[in-house]
Amino acid sequence: MSLLEFDNVTLRFGGVTAIDRLSFSVEEGEVFAIVGPNGAGKSTAFNLISRLYDPAEGRITFDGTDLLARGPDAVAKLGIARTFQNIELFEQATVLENLLVGRHRFGAPSLLSELLFLPSLRRSERVHREAVERAIDFLNLQPYRHSRISSLAYGVRKVVELARAVAMEPRLIMLDEPSSGLSPEETQDLVFWVQDMRDHLGMTVIMVEHDMHLVSTVSDRVLALADGRQLALGTPPEVQSHPKVIEAYLGADEDAAA
Amino acid sequence: MRIHFRTSYDRDIDLFDGPGQRILYALFLCALVAMPVLLGPYLLGELTSLLIWAMAGLGLMLLVGQTGQISLGHAAFMALGAYAVVLLEDRAGLPFLVAFPLAGLICAGAGILLALPTMKLRGIYLAIATMAVAIMFEDILLLFPGLTGGAAGVFAPTITILGVEIDRYVSPGRFYWLVLLCTVLATLGYRNLLRSPRGRAFAAIRDSQVSASAMGIRVARYRAMAFGISTFVTGLAGALMAHFTGIVSFETFTIITSIMLLMQIVVGGLGSIHGAFIGAAVIVLLPQVVSAARSGVTDMLGLGSIAIPGLDSALFGACMILFILFEPRGIYGIWLKVYTWIDLLPLYRRDTFKRQTSYAKSERVH
Ligand SMILES: Nc1ncnc2c1ncn2[C@@H]1O[C@H](COP(=O)(O)OP(=O)(O)OP(=O)(O)O)[C@@H](O)[C@H]1O
Ligand SMILES: [Mg+2]
Repeated sequence: MSLLEFDNVTLRFGGVTAIDRLSFSVEEGEVFAIVGPNGAGKSTAFNLISRLYDPAEGRITFDGTDLLARGPDAVAKLGIARTFQNIELFEQATVLENLLVGRHRFGAPSLLSELLFLPSLRRSERVHREAVERAIDFLNLQPYRHSRISSLAYGVRKVVELARAVAMEPRLIMLDEPSSGLSPEETQDLVFWVQDMRDHLGMTVIMVEHDMHLVSTVSDRVLALADGRQLALGTPPEVQSHPKVIEAYLGADEDAAA
Repeated sequence: MRIHFRTSYDRDIDLFDGPGQRILYALFLCALVAMPVLLGPYLLGELTSLLIWAMAGLGLMLLVGQTGQISLGHAAFMALGAYAVVLLEDRAGLPFLVAFPLAGLICAGAGILLALPTMKLRGIYLAIATMAVAIMFEDILLLFPGLTGGAAGVFAPTITILGVEIDRYVSPGRFYWLVLLCTVLATLGYRNLLRSPRGRAFAAIRDSQVSASAMGIRVARYRAMAFGISTFVTGLAGALMAHFTGIVSFETFTIITSIMLLMQIVVGGLGSIHGAFIGAAVIVLLPQVVSAARSGVTDMLGLGSIAIPGLDSALFGACMILFILFEPRGIYGIWLKVYTWIDLLPLYRRDTFKRQTSYAKSERVH
């Protein structure tokens, strides 16, 4: 059984069909990239998994569980973490606090134990803190531990959001354009991070990405989308040389030039 | 190595930032406990009222400062707490020790009930909805004169705890201690909540709801919970106020009270515990300062005493607008800046605060 499955999923926004009878599956332990021109429906696919939208048709399952029967919060509890294209951090909180929120999926203590800050709470806080410190070490965020997000540069925020997803210790991590806004050095780090997530942290990675070099370096399989439909699915070289993909990208370039 | 890390984690988890801070707060608390010996009945009364307002402000602060939900109806919860405690004591014959927490729970329930239909509202819309409910509540009080005493209101009985009588006029010191105890407990609970998962979840909801739900936080549930905790604390402050003023009527807590409460936490400093207390001090002291200044001016000009109705509120409103424009973090924010200035005195540069942000911005250009 695949870890994540889209089965004939359709989503419409008024007249726009953002996702059109889309079917694909992601295997446990792979890095799966989704590429496609602007407006192809890549972020929308993520938002469907996050249960921000209800599809008109189709099924989405995660490890055999019907995601559509669950609410947005249940998705995190099943072990799916994500980042957002336009960075959605908790601006007025520190890096540490942001990452600790990522630990929420492991269960909330009772109100009474929090009001009294019982020893059991202190113990669980230490455990979560250790997990968060592992994410901080993994992504080299030590200097920013106590910084407020609103005081951080864009590139750092991008990494903090990645760290927050890693701190959730998910089975599936979804990255929406992780390299946008990063310097070439930072993008190089990203290559290693994604590889380590799969090889050492045991995560399955789905990544929406425009940087084709990054995609072909790290991903096992690539799904090319256009207008919410599947254009091609296969290894990076297969997809890059697929005539429909070439056509879609050339078409997009012509639109941009026009 | 490991042990080193553990202590440093605990340092972030701990209530106080090092022993120095702990001693400072302990001394402050001792001074507060000693106040009935040091102050005369008038000043002690003022201090008691300051603490009650601070507690009411703490309740609202949790909602506005921590979860970003603005309520302009919190006076209604003070009223509910006040009526509830008096009726539970007088009509149901319950002792204060039972009636008081029960009044808080009633307010928490009412808060959650208010949160449910207003769940989709944010910002100004939520503020208006809560205000409408609060105004309705004033009228509802008059609809049941049998219960609420109609326009005349109800009288608070003398509190008896374990045989000890606590009366605002007969034993102002005891009443003050009771209020102090409640305020300290509320403050500690608030502080503990802030360093707990729930406090972080509240902040998460304030800053990004989509992201909070992607972390597994049930946004609607947490928003309702914040309402409940907030109205619990504010309701208890109302219950204390009932015993402080001795009489509660539909005019005790009005829409003006709600607005003042919101101004209190904005002027004091949104999102900080200190802010609730500083704001309460401003609320209690400002009328005194204004009346002193007014009589000073009229004496100087040789005029008779002129009453200018609404001057306090107008000044307070002006203060709030100035703070929102120039110092969104309130008086506590100013204090933090002054404190940093003193701390860095020999090294301080005019643009310390500016430099932090511009450093962060240019930092990416390696
Ligand atoms: N909330 C929404 N309401 C209406 N239309 C939407 C909404 N979200 C997305 N769309 C539309 O759905 C289509 C797919 O959008 P989506 O954001 O998924 O594109 P994308 O592939 O992520 O593109 P990009 O590379 O620009 O991020 C677009 O036509 C977009 O305008
Ligand atoms: Mg997108």
